[in-house]
Formats: sequence, C-alpha cells, structure tokens
Amino acid sequence: MFLLRLLLKNAFRHQLRTGLTLIGLVVAICAFGLLRTIVDAWYAGVEASSSTRLVTRSSISLTFQLPLNYAQRIRAVEGVRAISWANWFGGVYITERNFFPQFAIDPASYLALYPEYVIADADRLAFLRDRQGAVVGRGLASKFGWQVGDPIPLRGTIYPGTWTFTLRAIYDGADAKTDENQMFVHWAFINESLRQTARQRADAVGVYIVGIDEPNNAALISQRIDTLFANSLAETLSETEKAFQLSFVSMSEAILVAIQAVSLIIIVIIMAVMANTMTMTARERLAEYATLKALGFPPGFVVGLLYGESLLIAGLGGVLGVAATLPLSAAFAQATGTLFPVFQLSALTMGLQLLAAAIVGLVAAAWPAWRMSRIDIVDGLRHVA
Amino acid sequence: MSTDPVPPLIRIRGLSKGYRRGGQVIPVLLDLDMDVATGEFVALMGPSGSGKSTLLNLIAGIDKPSAGTIEIGGVDIAELSEGELADWRAANVGFVFQFYNLLPVLSAQDNVALPLLLTSLSSRERAERARVVLRLVGLSDRADHMPNELSGGQQQRVAIARALVSDPLLIVADEPTGDLDRVTGEEILGLLERLVVEMGKTIVMVTHDPKAAAHARRLVHLEKGVLVDEVGA
Ligand SMILES: Nc1ncnc2c1ncn2[C@@H]1O[C@H](COP(=O)(O)OP(=O)(O)O)[C@@H](O)[C@H]1O
Ligand SMILES: [Mg+2]
Repeated sequence: MFLLRLLLKNAFRHQLRTGLTLIGLVVAICAFGLLRTIVDAWYAGVEASSSTRLVTRSSISLTFQLPLNYAQRIRAVEGVRAISWANWFGGVYITERNFFPQFAIDPASYLALYPEYVIADADRLAFLRDRQGAVVGRGLASKFGWQVGDPIPLRGTIYPGTWTFTLRAIYDGADAKTDENQMFVHWAFINESLRQTARQRADAVGVYIVGIDEPNNAALISQRIDTLFANSLAETLSETEKAFQLSFVSMSEAILVAIQAVSLIIIVIIMAVMANTMTMTARERLAEYATLKALGFPPGFVVGLLYGESLLIAGLGGVLGVAATLPLSAAFAQATGTLFPVFQLSALTMGLQLLAAAIVGLVAAAWPAWRMSRIDIVDGLRHVA
Repeated sequence: MSTDPVPPLIRIRGLSKGYRRGGQVIPVLLDLDMDVATGEFVALMGPSGSGKSTLLNLIAGIDKPSAGTIEIGGVDIAELSEGELADWRAANVGFVFQFYNLLPVLSAQDNVALPLLLTSLSSRERAERARVVLRLVGLSDRADHMPNELSGGQQQRVAIARALVSDPLLIVADEPTGDLDRVTGEEILGLLERLVVEMGKTIVMVTHDPKAAAHARRLVHLEKGVLVDEVGA
C-alpha cells in the first residue's frame, strides 16, 4: 500500500515526461496491434477455406481458362462428390476505389458447396430464379447501403459493357472467418451475352470448385484430376482451396514479413525510448537512492522501486494501448472497406500487446536498476549539493 | 585520567582512510584513535577538506576504512559485510543531512515512517510511531505536508524525526545547520541537545561553525586527517 503509493507518486513526478512516455507507449502498442491484425486479416481467407474443397485451374496461369465440358469429366473422377465453377468478373462499381471481389458462378451447385454463406430460403430462391440477380455479403451490403431489390450497375473490365444486376439476396457468414464482402452473379447470364458478342470466349471457366468426400484424399484426387487432363490442350492444376488461397498470400509473403518486422521494430524503439527515460529518472534520484541505502534499505529495494515504476508506466501504456486499438482497428476496417475480408483484433494479439508492454517495462528498468543497485552511498549523497 | 568502568559506545583505533585518485592513494585520515561515550554530544570541527565527513561516514557505516577498527556497541563495523552493515545501520544509526534528504513525493509523516518499513511493524503501528516522533519535534500539525511545503528548518525537523523513529543509540549529523539561517539553526541545535539530555542519545555532529559547536558538550578538532586537540565543553 505504502509502496504502491510511493511507486505511483514517483511515476507521475514529472508529469510531462511520464505523459510523453505514455503517449509513445500507447502509439507503439497500438501500432504493434494494428500491424499484427493486418497480418491476421491477410491469412483469414486461408483459415476460412475448407479442406473438403479443391480448386482446379489452368496449369499455365489463373488468367487462362478451362473448357466448360471439363465439369462432367471432373465430376466423374473417383472421390469427387460435387462440382461447380466460377469466373472472376472484375467489374467496377462507380469507381475503382470501391473494389470488391465479384464472381460469376453456377448458382445452385456453388451455393451447395459453400454452406458458410447463409441465405434465407426465399431469397435464395429469388436469386436462383433471376438470371440477372446477384447475391452479396452482409458487409458489402451495409457498406454501400444496398437492399434487396436494388439495381447494382458494374462496369465490366474483363467482360466489356455495363452490367446491371438486381440484388436478390444477402448472405451472412456462418462464423467470423467467413468473408462477407463478396458478390456473386449468374455465370450463365454472362456466358449467354458472350455467345452473342464474343463467341470464342464463351463456355470458359476460370476455376472449378471440386467437392470431395474425404479431406485426407485431397492429394490423391487432385492427382487423378490433373492426370485426366494431362497432355490435353488445357492441362489443369488442382489443389486444396487452402493451398490455392495461400498461393495468393505467399505472393505477398515478403510484405507480411516486412510488416511483422516493423511491428517488432516499433517495440524495440519504444524500449529504447523508455530505457532512456528511466535512466534519466534514476540519475536524477541518485541522492534519494543513496539516502535510502544509508537508512539501511538493501539494494533490492531500490531495484524494486525502479522496476515497479517502469512496469507501472508500461502496464498503463499497454492497457491504454489495447483500449485505443479496439476503436482504431474498427475504424481501420471501415477505411479499408472490403480489402480485408475479416479485420478483427484477436484476443491473442491483445495478449501479445500487453506482453510487449510488460517486456518494454522490464527491459527499460534493467540498466538503471543495475546501476542504482551498485551506487556508492557516499558518492550518491554528494549529489545533493 | 581515571579508567572509565563503562566501555565507550564508539571506540576507534588506528583508523586510516585514503582515496585512490589516478594511480596514487590520497590519505584523508591517518591512524586515528577516538572514543565516544554513550550520551555524548560531540562536535567534529576542522577546516574544509580536513576529513570530517569522511570520519562521520565511517562511524555511520556508510563507508569502509582502509585500516583500523571501529567498534560501536562492541561490534567492529569494519568487519561487517554490505548486507550486515545495512541491517546494522537500520537498527543503530539515525542520519541527519545538511540538505535534509527527504523523499519529495512523501508527506512529512510518510518520510518519518519510511525507516520503519525495514521493521516488522504493521502499517498502523508505523503511522502511530511516526506521529509520536513528529509531535516530539513539534510538527504534529504538519504531518500531511509535503517537503516542498515546509521551510528548511521544518524539513530538518522532519529529518530528525526520521532519524529518531527507529530509536537508534547513535545519531550522526553532517552540517545539520549548514543550509539554515542563524535563528533556525539554533532551534535545530536546541532540538539535538534535547535528544541527548532528555532521551540519552549519542550524537556525532560535523560542523565548521564554532557557535554551532558550542551546543555540543565536547569538541573534536580535525586537521589534515589527525585529531589535533580535544576540548571539553
Ligand atoms: N570519494 C572521494 N574520492 C576522492 N577524494 C575524496 C573522496 N571523498 C573525499 N575525498 C577527499 O577527502 C578529503 C576530506 O573530505 P571530507 O571528509 O569531505 O572533508 P570535510 O567534510 O572535512 O570538508 C578531501 O580532500 C576530499 O577531496
Ligand atoms: Mg564535509
């Protein structure tokens, strides 16, 4: 009690200095948490993906398409339970800044493969019936204020012209990991238009989604599919949906590593700043610590005072930092819109933020505590005058 | 001189102290003998740099001699380890400094109670004893004041209360009036005298002011590291 009072009073002796240190801590802890959350968000798509789904695409590159008639042949492969397909639509809603993913899908088979997109039965039916219909995630709908029945005009980039879809359904994610920022339209609707305007591009599929019966057989089934089309004009590459998602993420692996490095560097910087503050503080109190030792207090008492004060300030900074990260990450998620499917400060990240703060406090006090535990009483007392 | 049947509280024999500066050792105290009886009020006088503070620090156990023995209450403190010495100081020595050396973040009462953290007393007992001692130095009404809300004389009284609170036999004071005006200094010296007369404390006080020394009952002159004469007051 007495000691806690002493620690608190010591910590706020120089209000400006402690205040500035606290601001630094809060900013650092906050930045650390945000950067980690960005990395988490990046991987969220991968974690959400199912291991009972394979993705089959052209072995050359994603931009090459596969013939529609592969559907039946893949469906016939042993171990395959269901088949659907999707094309990247790549339309622009009003301006490029509004980016969100749109896929032209085979609605019934696709939705059957993605039970995590939860849609009311009536709405699902309405979407299936309307070839110009669209279904969007809850996040996207609330971002643009769309309601069922609204027209959504998209300017085509891959498929020229302006396409107007009618919103027929809004899906909710079955859990927090589900991406609620996508839009789906009818593949057949677009394909029909291609048949009239660009015949050679019609009946082509970007990726096949393959439902399999046994996740453990994923590799085997992938191999069977790819063997089936080996030496054909359009060879395939099949992999689990997770691996497929990772191939996107790993393109940016270097960026992720950089972000993680920066988040750690920030902590190291605040460590140095706070160590400097604590060293200054300790030096100013040299005579006080010498007095305490003269009165018979052991060196450990002085060490405890310094560690206690450092941990108190760092702990306060950590708690305030986490408290600031919560609204900030929400604002960040808002500002980046649909760029990250899921942007959520995790309990693990909050824990790491507090841990980082505690480590900063411990490290910052280490050097001054060591020095002060070794001061000569007579030398220290001389510092008064 | 007749032999005193009561052994002295402080018994110093062959005490030398030198400081190493650069390669050579600068002697400060040279083969010094000195006794202080229980209940004495000794003023250590001498020109600046004569080694008064050095001698006081050695007696108080915050510095180590180069040679010789310092027996206090039968214990040769030169032989004690750092940790033993710290415990010994906490139990046996009260400190009064020229610049008071109070903790600025603690109230007068908390400053006084501070040394009691090293005892097994409860916080209520600590506060109670601090109040008693503050009353003794005439500062009951200032218990909750912070050091910067007190005058120099009042701060020195708080420091004296802190020196008294663990009831040590010995009180050391290095220029306790050095930062105070004449009148306030006289008050502090009067208070120290009372501790000797009324409470039987032993005080060793460094001063270069003869008027201050006049309050002591014995003067010891130090000149270039040796005791040149002793005057009974
Ligand atoms: N830590 C030290 N290192 C070197 N010399 C010291 C140290 N402390 C004291 N001295 C020297 O010892 C001498 C006596 O100092 P001190 O006891 O403080 O004198 P006084 O209190 O009588 O003025 C001085 O010459 C001083 O310079
Ligand atoms: Mg001196």
